[in-house]
Amino acid sequence: MSGSDTATSVELLTFKLGGQEYSLDIMCVIEIRGWTRATPLPHAPSFMKGVINLRGTVLPVMDLAERLGLPVTKHTNRNVIIVVKHENSMTGLLVDAVSDIITIAQDDLQPSPDVTSGSGQGFIKSLTLRDDQMIRILDLAHVVKILESDAA
Amino acid sequence: MTNPDPMAEIRASFFIECEELLEAMQDGLQTMDDGQQDSETINVVFRAVHSIKGGAGAFGLEPLVRFAHRYETVMDQVRSETLAITSDLLKLFFRAADHLSDLVRLCRDDMDIPQAEGDAILAELDLHAGATPAEEEDEDIDFQPLGLSLDLDFGDDDDTTGTSSYRITFAPATEMFETGNDAVPILRALADLGDCTTTCDAERVPALASLAPETPYLSWTVMLSTTAAIDEITSVFEFVDGLCTFAIEPVDNEVGFSDEAFPDLPPLDLLPESEEVELPPLDMLPEPAEQISAPVEDTPVVAPKNEKPARTAPASPNAVVRVDLDRIERLVNLVGELVINQAMLAQSLESTTLSPHSDAMRGLGEFQRLTRDIQDSVMMIRAQPVKSMFQRMSRIVREASAAVGKDVRLVTDGENTEVDKTVIERLADPLTHMIRNAVDHGLEDTDARIAAGKPSQGQVRLSAAHRSGRVVIEIKDDGGGINRPRVKQIAIDKGLIPADSTLSDSEIDNLLFLPGFSTAATVSDLSGRGVGMDVVRTAIQALSGRISISSTKGEGTTFSISLPLTLAVLDGMVIKVADETLVIPLNVVTETLTLRADNLDEIQPGLAVVRVRGSMVPLFDLGRHLGYRKQKETYVDDIVLLISKEDGNQAALIVDEIQDQRQVVIKGLDDNFYRAPGIAAATILGDGQIALILDPSDIVTQAAQDAGHANVPQKLEA
Repeated sequence: MSGSDTATSVELLTFKLGGQEYSLDIMCVIEIRGWTRATPLPHAPSFMKGVINLRGTVLPVMDLAERLGLPVTKHTNRNVIIVVKHENSMTGLLVDAVSDIITIAQDDLQPSPDVTSGSGQGFIKSLTLRDDQMIRILDLAHVVKILESDAA
Repeated sequence: MTNPDPMAEIRASFFIECEELLEAMQDGLQTMDDGQQDSETINVVFRAVHSIKGGAGAFGLEPLVRFAHRYETVMDQVRSETLAITSDLLKLFFRAADHLSDLVRLCRDDMDIPQAEGDAILAELDLHAGATPAEEEDEDIDFQPLGLSLDLDFGDDDDTTGTSSYRITFAPATEMFETGNDAVPILRALADLGDCTTTCDAERVPALASLAPETPYLSWTVMLSTTAAIDEITSVFEFVDGLCTFAIEPVDNEVGFSDEAFPDLPPLDLLPESEEVELPPLDMLPEPAEQISAPVEDTPVVAPKNEKPARTAPASPNAVVRVDLDRIERLVNLVGELVINQAMLAQSLESTTLSPHSDAMRGLGEFQRLTRDIQDSVMMIRAQPVKSMFQRMSRIVREASAAVGKDVRLVTDGENTEVDKTVIERLADPLTHMIRNAVDHGLEDTDARIAAGKPSQGQVRLSAAHRSGRVVIEIKDDGGGINRPRVKQIAIDKGLIPADSTLSDSEIDNLLFLPGFSTAATVSDLSGRGVGMDVVRTAIQALSGRISISSTKGEGTTFSISLPLTLAVLDGMVIKVADETLVIPLNVVTETLTLRADNLDEIQPGLAVVRVRGSMVPLFDLGRHLGYRKQKETYVDDIVLLISKEDGNQAALIVDEIQDQRQVVIKGLDDNFYRAPGIAAATILGDGQIALILDPSDIVTQAAQDAGHANVPQKLEA
């Protein structure tokens, strides 16, 4: 997991979310699959889309845009689910579309500015620029951890 | 995960063997306790102790060797009948056995070994051993492991007193080879019976050119001197009876063995022959009546003393393979997926226009049956007899009865009943608690028992049985039964029920399951720590089980636990609520009915009841409580499922549609991510969609809390 810290570069999977470019360390991505209808969980927070069948495993799926507090878009068949693994539990992240796999030198990563308010707080680990476009690198641990206040 | 130390592996397997030996020992002691004190049983116990000692010696586990050795010494005296078995001695043996299993566990976990208890038991053992005290104790304490297991039984094999001699003639017929039998094992079995000299008659073997390989040409004459009865010799031929010619004649003179070894062979109806493995060189074959005792005899006779078959070994266990639990888990998961896959295939084929009589559909039916069979067999792999757990309970009874000074006997029944391993593991704690309760609270004091005209020894009966796809475990004591007025008074005193409530007998009995209830007048060490039957019930419920209680004054109390055979599949009812497919465990559904204007009453907005045979059952709209839809205007014509909760209360759940009843494979939900209230688990339906499995009690409790009505007893957190 922390092996990428010592490496000089890091591979990122970039994807679109509400017209913006986001990315995740590719080492935590298990697979990418098309959108299927999820079975909703009762009383779940609204970003929890429910659970889907991933080859016999029950996989919880969350709408990443909603999780990050971005404007909610209508889901289409073009949406994809990125299956990620964090500390032995797998989660599906619903995103608009997957863009690319890029390699970024560690030195080009800039820590996220300290934002003290806003619903997106803490979700962005670092930032980088590529072709003049800003790419946000997500802190997966923060994304998949549901706080008591979120669940209520 | 590779183990660098091969010794550690061997050591681990020694401890696994120890568990088996300890089990055999417990079994043997129990049999002795039941009055069957034959030498065979005593030997079983002795051998178990001896084997443990042997293994422990090899691994240098000093304390274990020391204890086992002295235990064995006393056992040996019992075995040689210099020491009589008394009930005191048996009790001591049980205690020593308990201590031995403690020692095994401590040694396994490399823990410190407390001396005191072992020394106390050893002192008592030595007391019983009497005349043969410590002097010989050191002499063979550096015990070398021996190939010990079977020699004890057959010490009298060499005893020649009852020896008699037989002449056995044996000629296989063609059918014998055709049916896959062979002459060598028979000759070997004969050799195992005693001293024998075997001669082969190769007279009928034709020239090589005309030799038919499938035809037997050889016949044998065996001079056998044995202690075995003629029946036993005959039984050697049991499997080839009719496939050969054989004759057994007693011979008077001992081992007298000469030319008469080739007597009149019985006439053979076919060309006798041999294609035996130990055939002499081919060029010798045409010669008549060659004595070839060497080849046929030598190989068989070498080993007989050591490998005498299991017949005389007592209750020899079935062949067992040890498999990693992980591998089984994987297999179980794979089979679960196979079941889902098969259901998906079935569903997609059904949506085509294939005729139900087409090959594909017929094949599918076959596939379905096979899948079900495979699933059942795989589930059986995980199943284990409850015996090991029952043995643990017998120890609990011994310790508990000693602690409260009561004379109690545990009777077990159906200990070969098989249950899923996980169920057994998770049942141990609640059972321990209940057994202690039975000894402590259930049974009266000895004086009270005698006054009531009962035998002074109390009895706790623990039984297991399969009943309609579930396992029922009963804990029954022959004590005084539940003191209902007192139970009720305590419940009132503790504020658990209103002082003026009128309760039926079974309602009073069920008060025992309320949190924080404890009836013992004095809180004893043993039970009654404030955690009571409610914890037991929660544990049983967590296993999707039910517990019920029945009691007759003066005769005793019975707790009965009903459990699913496995935690991996569930009999469920597939229902639809607000277009969502859900599964509800079938075992909680008692009845289904349709709401009509005349059986539906609204007590206040949001709280309605349905009248079922005179009782008012609160209604819960599943769609609303799961947050799938708003409250409906009217419930008339809706379908409701009556569910029975463990506290005996009922509730009615409103659903839109009942679709099916079927077995579903339980898939756990990732709890640490998000725990949905009212949802126990999930399953995958034939169309690949996930359906949630409801926990009805939880839904009702949640709903009741939301609505804030107090008439539903609150369920505390486990």
